[in-house]
Amino acid sequence: MFDQAPKLSATEEARRQIEICNACRYCEGYCAVFPSAFSQRAFSDGDITQLASLCHNCRGCYYACQYTEPHEFALNLPQALAEVRVESWERFAWPGAFARIFQQSGAALSAALVIGIAALFWALTALAPESGEGFYAYLSHSAMVAIFLPAFLLPLAAIGIGLRRYWTEVGGARIRWPHLKEALIDGAKLKNLSGGAAEGCNFEKGDRYSQGRRHAHQAVFWGFMLCFASTSSGTVLHYVFDMQAPYGLFSLPKLLGVPGGILLVLGAGLLIRLKLKADAKLGAPRVWGGEMAFVALLGLTGLSGLVLYAATGTALVAPLLALHLGTVLTFFLTTPYSKMVHGFYRMASLVRDAQRKEA
Amino acid sequence: MSQLDQTHWDLVIVGGGNAALCAAIEAAEAGMRPLILEAAPKPYRGGNSRHTRNFRCMHHGPLSVLTGTYDEEEYFDDLLRVTKGETDEHLARLAIRTSEDCLPWMEAHGVAFQPSLSGTLSLSRTNAFFLGGGKALVNAYYNTAEDLGVTVAYEAEVTQIHVQDDRFEGVTARIGGEDMRIEGKGLILASGGFQADLDWLARAWGPSAKNFLIRGTPYNRGVPLKQMLDKGADSVGDPTQCHAVAIDGRAAKFDGGIVTRLDCVPFSVVVNRDGDRFYDEGEDVWPKRYAIWGRLVAAQPDQVAYAIIDAKSLELFMPSVYPPEKADTLEGLAQKLGLPGNKLRETVDAFNAACQPGAFHPTELDGLATDGLEPPKTNWARPITEPPFYGYSLRPGVTFTYLGLKVDDTARVSGPHGRFANIWAAGEIMAGSILGQGYLAGFGMTIGTVFGRIAGQEAARHV
Repeated sequence: MFDQAPKLSATEEARRQIEICNACRYCEGYCAVFPSAFSQRAFSDGDITQLASLCHNCRGCYYACQYTEPHEFALNLPQALAEVRVESWERFAWPGAFARIFQQSGAALSAALVIGIAALFWALTALAPESGEGFYAYLSHSAMVAIFLPAFLLPLAAIGIGLRRYWTEVGGARIRWPHLKEALIDGAKLKNLSGGAAEGCNFEKGDRYSQGRRHAHQAVFWGFMLCFASTSSGTVLHYVFDMQAPYGLFSLPKLLGVPGGILLVLGAGLLIRLKLKADAKLGAPRVWGGEMAFVALLGLTGLSGLVLYAATGTALVAPLLALHLGTVLTFFLTTPYSKMVHGFYRMASLVRDAQRKEA
Repeated sequence: MSQLDQTHWDLVIVGGGNAALCAAIEAAEAGMRPLILEAAPKPYRGGNSRHTRNFRCMHHGPLSVLTGTYDEEEYFDDLLRVTKGETDEHLARLAIRTSEDCLPWMEAHGVAFQPSLSGTLSLSRTNAFFLGGGKALVNAYYNTAEDLGVTVAYEAEVTQIHVQDDRFEGVTARIGGEDMRIEGKGLILASGGFQADLDWLARAWGPSAKNFLIRGTPYNRGVPLKQMLDKGADSVGDPTQCHAVAIDGRAAKFDGGIVTRLDCVPFSVVVNRDGDRFYDEGEDVWPKRYAIWGRLVAAQPDQVAYAIIDAKSLELFMPSVYPPEKADTLEGLAQKLGLPGNKLRETVDAFNAACQPGAFHPTELDGLATDGLEPPKTNWARPITEPPFYGYSLRPGVTFTYLGLKVDDTARVSGPHGRFANIWAAGEIMAGSILGQGYLAGFGMTIGTVFGRIAGQEAARHV
C-alpha cells in the first residue's frame, strides 16, 4: 500500500510512520514520544514537530520494531523524527540560513572556528593592553567584555525567537512552575535515554542496550554547566567582590572549571567514539558531519581551557588564550545554528509534554 | 558457515523463535554446543514470536510488572473456558505452574517488561508485556545465546530429518542455495505450525483458505512437522483447524502482525459481500469475540465482510493502520467498498428501525439491543445515521494451526515405538497438546518458554 507512494516531506513521512505506531503501541514503555502520540488519533504538523523534539534518538523503538525494512511499512522512526527535528530547527532559527549551513556542514563549523580563533589573535595584537595581570595582560577585561557580552546575548536572543516560533507551532500553553519542574528533572536525568524498563539505549551496540551514550551525554552536559558556572562565579567575584582574575586553584572558578573542563573533554570524546560506532541511518544522515563537528567543538572548548590553565606562566599563554577564547567565541555565536540548539528545543518539548500530561 | 556440516553438533535446534532460543540458552548453559537453524533471514528471525507482546504468568502477589495474584486454578479455569476442555491437564498445569519461575528467568536472560499497554489494562494482572514487544524479546535472547556460544544459521531451511529406528541422526538443510547434511546428537523441533503453507491449509480447511491472510511469519511452512508425522510421530490437535481472527481485509498476505487488528465490529453493522448481516456484532466485548469473527468471516462468500459505522462511532476504538473508506451516503460508501448499494441501504434501514432508545456505554455491555431483528445486535445497537459513513473490510487472519507433535512432560516426542531417543519439541509445534481449541492471550509464549526450557535441559541431560 505504501511502496508506490510519492516521496513524502519529512513531516508527512513521520506522520505516516507514527500512525502505524499508533495502531501497534508495543513501544509505549520506551520514552515520552509514545504515550504522547498514543493520546491522539490525528497528528497535525505541530504535533509531529512536538513528537520529533521529544525524541532523544535512543533507538530502542527501531530495534524492537517488527515493521522495519524489508517489511513493506519500512518504519525507521528514529530517523523520521530526526529529519523532522533538523528541519524544524532550520525553520525556527533566526536567521534560518545560518542553521542550514552550520547544522549540516562540519566544514562550515570548522571554518567558523578558524575565523573565531583568528579574530582573537587579531584582538590580542590590536587590543593589547598596556598592563594587566594574568590573562588581562594579553587582553584587557573591558575588551573581553566588549567581545563576549554581545557574543553571549545576541545568540540568546536568536534562540528566544526560535523558541517562540516553536511554542506557537506546537500550541504550547502558559508555562507554570510544575511544568518547568517536571521538564528540568526529566532533562537532568536524561530520563528519555534510560530505555524505560531496559538498561539504557540502543546506540553503539546495535540491538544491545548500553548506558554509554547517556553517561557520555551527562558528562558533557554537567561538564558544560560546571564551566558555565565557573565563568559566572568569576563574573560575580569580579563585579560584586572586586576580586580580579587570575584565580588560584582553590578559588570557586577553578574548583568548578577544572572538573567541568575534564568532564566536557571526556564526555565529548566518548560521544564521538559512540557516534562513529552507531548506525548513521538511524539519525538524520545529512547533518552527521555538522553534529560531529559540533561535539568536537564542545570538546575543544574544554580542552583548550584546560591546556591554557596548565600553561600558566609560560610563553604559550598568548597563543593558547587566543585558541581558547576563539573556540568559546565560535561556540557561542553558532549556538542558535548548531546542534547545541537541541537542548533548548528538547527542554521546550519536555515542558509541553508536562502540560499534555496535566491536561 | 562452511563448517556447519563438518561439525557433529551436540544439539540441532530447528526454528529460531522464543521456544528455540529458550532451549538453546538452557542447553548452552548446561555446557552443550547447540546449532540453531532459522529458516528466516536475519531481519525476520524469531518466527511468530516477533509479533507477540506478552507472557501469561501465574504469580502469587505482585511480580515484576504484574499486579495482584493469578493462581493456578484461575489460570487453568481460563484455559478450560477457551479450550472447552480440549487440553491435556497434566501438561497444561505444568506450563501454568512453571510460568512463575520463567518470568525472573526471562529477566535474567535479557528480557525487559513494561506495564500493561494502554487499552490492555484488563491484562495487567495476568499478562506481562515485553518492552518493545516480541522482537525486542527475540533480540535479547539472540544476544544471550550469542554470548553463550550458540551458533545460528539464518536462511537455513530444513528439508529432511534423518531418523534411524527411534534415533535422530541429522537433518538436511538448504543453506544459501546449497543442500547440506548436518549431524547432531540430539534434535529439538521448535519450528512452529504450518499456517504459511497455503496449499496445506487449503487441503486441511478447504479451498476457501486460499483467501485467508496469514498474520505472522511466512516461514512457518510446517516442513519439519510433516517430516516427523511421515516418520510416524504421534500427533495432537485437529489437523483441519487453525486459529483465525477477523482482521483488516487490506492487510498484506503475510506478516501484517498486530496493526492489522480492527476493533470496530461492536460499534458496527457487519455485512457480507451481498450486503446481508450474518451475526450479532454486539454479542460481547471485542477481546472476547475477535477470534470467533475469524471463523464467521471465513464462512461468508469470498471470505470477506464489511463493518459499517457512522461518524459518531469513529473514535470509540483503537485507530486502524489503514484509514477507512469514507462517504457522505451509504450508497456512496457501498460503491467504494464494492457492495450492492440498495441492499446495504435496506440492511442498515432495517437495523436502524430495530434500534431502541436507551443509554449507550461503549466500554461495557450496555444491553442496548435491537428489537425484532434477525440476527439481533444485543449490545451497542445505535442507528447508523450520522454522515460521513465509514467502512472497513474484514478477512480471516490466521495466527496458528493446531496440528502438532505429541510430547510428554519432558518435551520428548513420541513415535511408533514409544518415545524417540533424542528428539524433543517445544512451542507452536507441540502446543496443540495444551491448546486444543481457542486461544488464551499470551499463552503461546508461556508454552514456548516453559517447554523450550524443558527441552533444552532434557536434551543436555540425555545426549
